[in-house]
Amino acid sequence: MDPQILVQYGPMLLRGFGLTILCWLLGTVLGMALGLVIALAQRYGPKPLRWLLQVYVEVIRGTPFLVQLFVLYYGGPMIGLRLDALPAGILGLTLYGSPYFAEIFRSGFRGVAAGQIEAARAIGMSEPAIVRRILLPLGLVSALPALVNFSIILTKETVILSIITVPELMYQVQRMSTETFRFLEANLVLALFFWGLVETISRFGRRIEAGVTRHLTERP
Amino acid sequence: MFSLTAFLDGFGPLIMAARFTLLISVLGIGLGLVIGALICAAQLSPYPALRRFAAVWVSFLRGVPLLVQLLLVYYLLPVVGIDVPAMVAAVTTVGICASAYISEIWRGAIGALPPGQAESAAAIGMSPPDVWTRVILPQAIGLSLPALVNELILLVKASSLVSVVGILEITRSSQALAATTYRPLEAYVAAACVYLAINLCLAGLGRYLEHRMAI
Repeated sequence: MDPQILVQYGPMLLRGFGLTILCWLLGTVLGMALGLVIALAQRYGPKPLRWLLQVYVEVIRGTPFLVQLFVLYYGGPMIGLRLDALPAGILGLTLYGSPYFAEIFRSGFRGVAAGQIEAARAIGMSEPAIVRRILLPLGLVSALPALVNFSIILTKETVILSIITVPELMYQVQRMSTETFRFLEANLVLALFFWGLVETISRFGRRIEAGVTRHLTERP
Repeated sequence: MFSLTAFLDGFGPLIMAARFTLLISVLGIGLGLVIGALICAAQLSPYPALRRFAAVWVSFLRGVPLLVQLLLVYYLLPVVGIDVPAMVAAVTTVGICASAYISEIWRGAIGALPPGQAESAAAIGMSPPDVWTRVILPQAIGLSLPALVNELILLVKASSLVSVVGILEITRSSQALAATTYRPLEAYVAAACVYLAINLCLAGLGRYLEHRMAI
């Protein structure tokens, strides 16, 4: 590729990259938070709420992310929900990720041995204290690999935000390639870039896992 | 306001378009099964070069977003002089992407079989091809069926991305509907309903298979 192109489009691409990371981080953190709330509500909430949340989980998991974004961004204004592309994208990522995170937390909580909870109850811990001091610390550790895995999947979903004109990396690369007619090179570089990003994040994730679960692995 | 008539009118064209979504997903998973089997065989082969190739294949296809893969193929084909309809390119890309996930599913299923199965088959004098075709594969394929149905559900959702290269499946059709009726909310909610209906049926099939496999 002509180095002149990189000089000209470098700042734009860098901004796009920043936005990709921002969308990913916010989408992951907010989606995880919402997912945790859903998982706890499904465990402790009243029955109608649990049923409603189950419908929410099924609907989000049964429809494509792209269609959810279209409903939110193009359909939203018809019922008074007028959002710019970026907030719509981040909200979309959050809503899309939350049921997957909720299911991960749910199975993490199921992995906590019943005896642990019973023992906490027997020594007179209150229900909120049990959640805070027994359920969450133990459940989160067993959910960690799946959480890291889904966060990685979300990095790849951020490119779909370009379709609703969020100016993240994919969007900037498409703009650059239509202005320079370098479609193939631009997309190839983008592919290699994401490959590197995903590999880096998963390596980083494995290191966190190893650190957190050190007490569970055998010592040499 | 939400117009019920516009919402219901949308289902006609969307259900017609659902044929293409299903066609892409089913052909995609068919191609994915074939390539996935080859990649899985390469991963389990004794040759380090083949194993390395399979590892790169899986890591690349799982590390690059499908949308980027689709555009890459879309722009790559004319450069290397291959002139195929967009539909063929889309199915090929979706299938190749699925192959990475399917090979991992199969590797997991084969790994989940107790090693005693292959050992006892060898002990009673079965030849290695017999051990594979009569002991390992029948069990591994059965074990992997629920995960493969899950993969099919993922493909139905992923096929919404091929709308970007201009194939008139559900998502593209809902975009056209939104543009002609000026009712994006109804059009996209209707599209979501069609996807949901397909995926709930598939999820039901998955649960049935899981139930049958868990003897």
